[in-house]
Amino acid sequence: MSTTSTDTRYDQAAIEADPSIPAIHIWRDFAGTPDQLFRAHTDPDLYARWIGPDDRTAVIDRWDATDGGAFRFLDSRDDDQQAFRGCFHTVRRDRIVQTFTWEGMPDDVALETLTFEDLGDGHTRLHALSLCDSFEGRDAWLRSGMEVGVNDGYAAIDRMLADGSL
Amino acid sequence: MADQLSRVFAALADPTRRDMVARLTEGDATVGQLAAPYAVSVQAVSKHLKVLEEAGLVTRGREAQRRPVHVEAEVFDLMTKWIERYRQRAEERYQRLDAVLAELDEEHTETPTKGTAS
Repeated sequence: MSTTSTDTRYDQAAIEADPSIPAIHIWRDFAGTPDQLFRAHTDPDLYARWIGPDDRTAVIDRWDATDGGAFRFLDSRDDDQQAFRGCFHTVRRDRIVQTFTWEGMPDDVALETLTFEDLGDGHTRLHALSLCDSFEGRDAWLRSGMEVGVNDGYAAIDRMLADGSL
Repeated sequence: MADQLSRVFAALADPTRRDMVARLTEGDATVGQLAAPYAVSVQAVSKHLKVLEEAGLVTRGREAQRRPVHVEAEVFDLMTKWIERYRQRAEERYQRLDAVLAELDEEHTETPTKGTAS
């Protein structure tokens, strides 16, 4: 064990807007193995179950969780439907690298690196790093959460936030 | 057209400006005092201050000569709120993932040959 990171526990999601690059970090510890977390991120049926809010339905449209593969899913509630897609660059048991785009703003592409670190006691730490292409883009992601809070009709952005575009 | 929060984040993206803000949280300072620790001109520091001012992070006092720089703490509250809201969204998502993982566990314990019935 070379890591000292087990000193801190992330029972709740911890977030940090990186000060030097336009990125967002999120850490969260899970009761489960790295393999289970990997499955939850790469099995389309499992992914659809947790990615969206309870009041929305995620339907996987395309899914190839392999190196060089791609994904697309539709997220809907009533008449509102939003599409998200991206490419899987690296799909490894301990690490997934992928792009992520909301089709409503197709030029905004985030590069996400997810790592699953075995904490050695049945828990696994997820670290999600989302790199945006500008500080403006990064901050727009962060801000969108607030607008959702006050405007329920802002479903598109709700989607961007809740689904892990971070 | 950048709104205030974008300007705040952008202003704080620079390490020198972050350092200046950190020092101002301990008390107001003049431009000269702020410039002292850095190997840059007072002019360069003034430029940094202008960015911080435009972001609403600092204000300049009215005393004719000194014009001490004052940090505006409320702006940080605003930033903290945005981030916390975003964090909550992530947390909600991961609580759903918790539930999925718990089910994976059950599936796993049901399949082995031991099969202590629940």
